[in-house]
Amino acid sequence: MITPYTPADWLVLLPEIALVVVAVVLAVLDVSYPQLRRTGGLGIYAGLGIAAAGVLGIVFAQPGSDRTLLFGGMLRADLFAFVFRMLVIFAGVMTALLSSGVRGVSRHGEYFILLIGACLGMNLMALSADIIMLYLALETTSIAGYVLAGFAHGDDRTAEAGLKYFLFGAATSGLLVYGLSLLYGFTGETSLAAIAAAVRDGQVPPAALLVINMLLLAGIGFKLAAVPFHFWAPDVYEGAPTPVTAFISTASKAVGFAVLFRIMSVTVPASAYLLPLLAAISVLSMTLGNLAALAQRNIKRMLAYSSIAHAGYVLMAVVTVSDLGTAAVVFYLLTYVVTNLAAFAVVIIFARVSGSDEIADYAGLSRRSPYLALAMLVAFLSLAGVPPLAGFFGKMFVFAAVVKAGLIWLAIVGVLNAIIGIYYYLIVLKVVFVFPAPEGAASIDVPRVYSFALAVLCIGIVLLGTVAGPWFDLALQSAQGIY
Amino acid sequence: MVPLSWYLVLAALLFSIGIYGVLARANAIGILMALELMLNAVILNLVAFWRYRGPTQVSGQMFAIIVFAVAAAEAAVGLALIISIYRRRGTVVAEEVSLLKW
Repeated sequence: MITPYTPADWLVLLPEIALVVVAVVLAVLDVSYPQLRRTGGLGIYAGLGIAAAGVLGIVFAQPGSDRTLLFGGMLRADLFAFVFRMLVIFAGVMTALLSSGVRGVSRHGEYFILLIGACLGMNLMALSADIIMLYLALETTSIAGYVLAGFAHGDDRTAEAGLKYFLFGAATSGLLVYGLSLLYGFTGETSLAAIAAAVRDGQVPPAALLVINMLLLAGIGFKLAAVPFHFWAPDVYEGAPTPVTAFISTASKAVGFAVLFRIMSVTVPASAYLLPLLAAISVLSMTLGNLAALAQRNIKRMLAYSSIAHAGYVLMAVVTVSDLGTAAVVFYLLTYVVTNLAAFAVVIIFARVSGSDEIADYAGLSRRSPYLALAMLVAFLSLAGVPPLAGFFGKMFVFAAVVKAGLIWLAIVGVLNAIIGIYYYLIVLKVVFVFPAPEGAASIDVPRVYSFALAVLCIGIVLLGTVAGPWFDLALQSAQGIY
Repeated sequence: MVPLSWYLVLAALLFSIGIYGVLARANAIGILMALELMLNAVILNLVAFWRYRGPTQVSGQMFAIIVFAVAAAEAAVGLALIISIYRRRGTVVAEEVSLLKW
């Protein structure tokens, strides 16, 4: 139901409006106080600004229980979207803080403005209820992301990462928008709800729907970095500035799933082959991601393959098409975003001092910096799914939903994959804790901003695990009424 | 009047040429041109659908205009990235840009 426009509608968009204001203020600060560039203060101000947007959203813009469409049917401000928006803002805050001491990005105001632009695009992706809005938001995110991935000057690899991200992203979004144009053509509608009704009535011939489904899947698969649209991920993750990698691998992937749900609610009822196809993609992503991660020597590349595998785990729960499955997806993404950000935070802090991303160079980290090694232990055990950390409960709810939906074989494949995952995460921890540090290796000092960010993330991992109940209730609530 | 299907076939052909170009061209500029062809096919699709299916509503035109704007922004960012690669490496051939491999 589309409600007529009232000025109060703007309140729903308060976090997004705040993000725009923060970006403008940051641009002015950047120009008028050049000393900020030297001290790394830009990142802290950007982090504070994005956090303020999040607080404004939680205090003033909590969604009501009615699921109405706003702004002429362009936006759908339900709890599902709200959870994803806050997740994006959290990732944005952490990325800004983690960028504040990274050479090549921390002294550029435009870097943080682009980061906020990407947050804005992702928020709108989660909100959109209309294919025009969806495409616009998706491109806002992607174009900001291309520039961010190729941002750092003076590094050959980041320019290459930017170009690769751009070529893959532009090609897949071309496929996506061609699919959307066909969807519009066959139904004559642009609102997702109206399109869903038309598809259910059989207005779209099955053959055309098949083509449309494949095109849309290619576009969303790129965002999720799911097999077979994952080829860009390892190269871009390795080459991009590490904070950008952290942001792309968490927020961008999470919002990709939100969009997948919105699109699936349109096409799944009329296309029976879609769910088996998604299950196959899930199995392939898990298996290929985990097996390739085993062979990696660069930690960013290893985390890239591990994030492909995590997309596979989440897709398992998507395939169940149930409220429990949706809740499991939301909860898993909460835990995954916090955990992966923590893992990348350690990588960033280590690379600042050592200038290396090779796993072998992590030898003896536990002696060089016990607290950093502890944070790494928490993050990697959570990624591996060891209780009582967040990652374990994420996986548990996913497997529970899959088993409840009767897909026992899928759950077995998932568990086998989780075991492979434990192996390569523990290998890294072995290097950190067991291997001796190289001769004369200095201890690693952690700036205060970084210790703050890392502490928040680690406490988040522990809290999401030990006090999982309320978070899962939130996920369950947000899952109501997606289908 | 020319039937709708003609426009759709033309758009599909354009789109296919675009995909072929993206997959087969080695030169980054060539790939960028092929990407633009894909988006042009989309715009042709949208405008044709709008004219034949619902000329009283503006949503199809809106969509076309937004695809226009996005295509322009994408081309600008893409060219900037290609120039930054060219300055560092002296090449725009995608296959020669391959430091990142396992």
